[in-house]
Amino acid sequence: MPFIPHTEKDLQDMLSDIGISSLDGLFAEIPESLCCEAPQLLPALNEMEVSRLMGERAGKDGGMLGFIGGGAYEHHIPAAVWEITTRGEFYSAYTPYQAEASQGTLQVLYEYQSMIAGLTGLEVSNASLYDGASAAAEAVLMAVRCSRKKTAKVGVPATVNPRTIKTIANLIGQQGIELVEISYDLKKGCIDPASLSQYSGNDLVAIIIPQPNFFGTIEDVDALTDWAHGEGALVIGVVNPTSLALLKPPGEWGHAGADIACGDGQPLGIPLSSGGPYFGFLSCQKKWLRQIPGRVVGKTQDRDGNVGYVLTMQAREQHIRRSKATSNICTNQGLMTVAATIYLALLGPSGLLDVAKASLQNSQILKEKLTAIPGVDLLYSGHTFHEFVVKLNRPVDTVLKELYKDGIVAGLPLDSDCLLICVTETKTLEDMERFSNCLETIMSRSFS
Amino acid sequence: MSGDRVIFEEGQIGRRSNHQAPKVMVDCDLPQAFLRSRPPPLPEVSELQVVRHYTLLSQKNFSVDTQFYPLGSCTMKYNPRVCNTMAMLPGFLGRHPLEPDQTGQGVMASLFELQEMLASVSGMAGVSLSPMAGAQGEFAGVSMIRAYHQKNGDTERIEMLVPDAAHGTNPATAALCGFRVREIPTDENGDLDIVSLKGAVGPQTAGLMLTNPSTLGVFERRVEEIIAIVHDAGGLLYYDGANLNAITGRTRPGDMGFDAIHINVHKTFSTPHGGGGPGAGPVGASQRLKPFLPVPMVTCDRVGGEPVYRWLNQDDCPDSIGQLSAFMGNIGVLLRAYVYLRMLGGAGMRRVADYAALNANYLLAKLTAAGFTPAFPNRLASHEFILTLKPEADNFGVTALDFAKRLLDYGFYAPTIYFPMLVPECLLIEPTETESKEELDRFVAAMVAIRQEAIEDPKLVKEAPHNIPVPGGGPGRLDETQAARKPNLIWQKD
Repeated sequence: MPFIPHTEKDLQDMLSDIGISSLDGLFAEIPESLCCEAPQLLPALNEMEVSRLMGERAGKDGGMLGFIGGGAYEHHIPAAVWEITTRGEFYSAYTPYQAEASQGTLQVLYEYQSMIAGLTGLEVSNASLYDGASAAAEAVLMAVRCSRKKTAKVGVPATVNPRTIKTIANLIGQQGIELVEISYDLKKGCIDPASLSQYSGNDLVAIIIPQPNFFGTIEDVDALTDWAHGEGALVIGVVNPTSLALLKPPGEWGHAGADIACGDGQPLGIPLSSGGPYFGFLSCQKKWLRQIPGRVVGKTQDRDGNVGYVLTMQAREQHIRRSKATSNICTNQGLMTVAATIYLALLGPSGLLDVAKASLQNSQILKEKLTAIPGVDLLYSGHTFHEFVVKLNRPVDTVLKELYKDGIVAGLPLDSDCLLICVTETKTLEDMERFSNCLETIMSRSFS
Repeated sequence: MSGDRVIFEEGQIGRRSNHQAPKVMVDCDLPQAFLRSRPPPLPEVSELQVVRHYTLLSQKNFSVDTQFYPLGSCTMKYNPRVCNTMAMLPGFLGRHPLEPDQTGQGVMASLFELQEMLASVSGMAGVSLSPMAGAQGEFAGVSMIRAYHQKNGDTERIEMLVPDAAHGTNPATAALCGFRVREIPTDENGDLDIVSLKGAVGPQTAGLMLTNPSTLGVFERRVEEIIAIVHDAGGLLYYDGANLNAITGRTRPGDMGFDAIHINVHKTFSTPHGGGGPGAGPVGASQRLKPFLPVPMVTCDRVGGEPVYRWLNQDDCPDSIGQLSAFMGNIGVLLRAYVYLRMLGGAGMRRVADYAALNANYLLAKLTAAGFTPAFPNRLASHEFILTLKPEADNFGVTALDFAKRLLDYGFYAPTIYFPMLVPECLLIEPTETESKEELDRFVAAMVAIRQEAIEDPKLVKEAPHNIPVPGGGPGRLDETQAARKPNLIWQKD
């Protein structure tokens, strides 16, 4: 029997010790009217057969030269990351409730919290949430708890990833929180701080500031942060962790720094995997610590003064506070944080900076190549990190289909004529030339 | 040894693992105002230092791969290696979530079949795989109930009923979904108190969240009556699938009459717990709740006789409660569950419940025979059961916590303690079907030995652990009070 060790003799001996005659007897308390037969599923396969099936399926998937970002980013993942992460001692352990027998996981989480706090320039971090979008929703709920205001209005710029906005709306929909859309400068592709006066006196509890934003454009975070604080609103930075090696961290935005930073940790050593599992990170200023959602690890000691780590401040959590908890989150994304911690340790400050710079550099090269093609124009004039939007004078759908035939996934269509393009350190000059040459051919064909 | 230091303390300024990073040819041209002034405080260490540090740290963990892990309600069974190997195939790992459906036909075929198989195992009309953990599955299920009442103009239904023994996520989720929570007590045999339930239902009732078998490790015998009471009052029934592994192939939540269900694939379908995730919490719906399932879901069209898979989004499912994450959910976890289900098949799913129940009832019988006190002596165990150590606490002054810590010295992870809160000094023990009889016998022997220690040398038990069998030794009992009072959450250079 797969994964069940019992021999026939074990079975009989155990039934006899229980004092029943058959396995059916173990289910005697289930009303007869509810009993069923084993479900009819696809036929069972042995390990060799299932390996063959999955090998065939995996062989069909992916394999394209991809220039899509939009919230998930292709980066090189050092071999050691997943070699260590999938060690059984990490892989098959659970939430470290018994701290003394879980020091491995707990110390990794403590190191993870330290790295995230350092990257974001803030004082404390939790031990992860599900993904970047749900982390943003948790950050909004947290900001509302932190605020003493009577209203619950949160400013959400239209430059935030629309998938994040939808997720926030779906997850907090029943909490009486109003999301106020903040518009942006259609020429630059980012928020114009001067335009914010129209939202003044709105009694916003918090505003979200994306950096870089959904269009890849870099926001004027200092001015936005200072404006929000002037309005008595908290600042939630939604950030790309790779970019933080290069860009000013949320803790240093404006005069007082962002209050909360969050984002998707996927760029830190997590494979794209068709969308998950990734993880969300969330850090904040120390004064908001008691409102932080999810698990938190703290350093402590035993009777003899030996250092150890434990889950702490559990009085915030659902298993203690129940309906009054700061979040309903229980299981988070533990193993993903192990991978991210190892990734960050392997790269170090200079390695991560190199990844950020190489991504930026490649995107500048590609931007120049593509916009040199007749009919391809840059949509926004703002500075960008590793994504940018181009406007085509031909239908995007048609162009994407043509490029797909060449083995290229060219980007994320934003509407009928705009395309969000991403390039990271993984692409070579040859890759980018192939993309621009194919696009040029297609655009010229369309002209004729 | 290395594991006693944090990774930051291993570093030296200027040490690089340069081969991990790309070559940079030109400097960036961004305005200075956008830039970071100081490098992030990350460790500067060699690749070997990283590998050694985290390998040594891993060895300080107990895990299913190294120890018996009878953590009740968490289902710590063996996670087949092949599930990991298959989910980590490069074709699956390298695909971006927003690529066209054509490049994801392999993964989508697997997800579609997983949806169908989970519907079959649970008896529900439809399944969405997108929730990222059990608690998010609960959120999805309760949101569907809310959306259903709203669609029917039934806006007075503002109260969610939750048994007092429920997981903490149940009331926390109901509150997050905007419901008022009302607790229903449990009777002395571990069944929901029907009289209280009858008194609690009314036009304000949105639904009842029920775990069956319950968190007390017993089957809710009057489940049909409970469901009828709630349905008759106009409420809907939510099934917390935390304990689905106790009944697979024996009975189905859909047949019991539940309207919504979440499934913890990291429990019933043996995906790894990863030290606290990632999990996945697929949600199932009855016919009437099916239109409200969260998106995205995979559907299958036939084109020229061949299956073609595509994602269904909000436009396809206008009543859906929507997306709960940026993308499609924890696909890599779901693939592991798919491989597991393919290897077990329908008969294998029944064996899961059969042998989980066999191991639980055997362990219960052995521990009872050894003089321990079951919380519900007149009941069969489901896949888990509860002992109360109140007699030991009263007579020898050693608590459930002390027993738990001393078990670590014997090389066993501890059962869940002090949950459910109804039973004093409780241990919630779940052996799972993948443990052998010999391992269970060793656990009984350890429990008996600890009780003997409690009689002869209670200090030994009360001050445990003393020598956790991990390389380099584990710490003694850690001071959680100090950790909470003066939180030290990040490493800082002295």
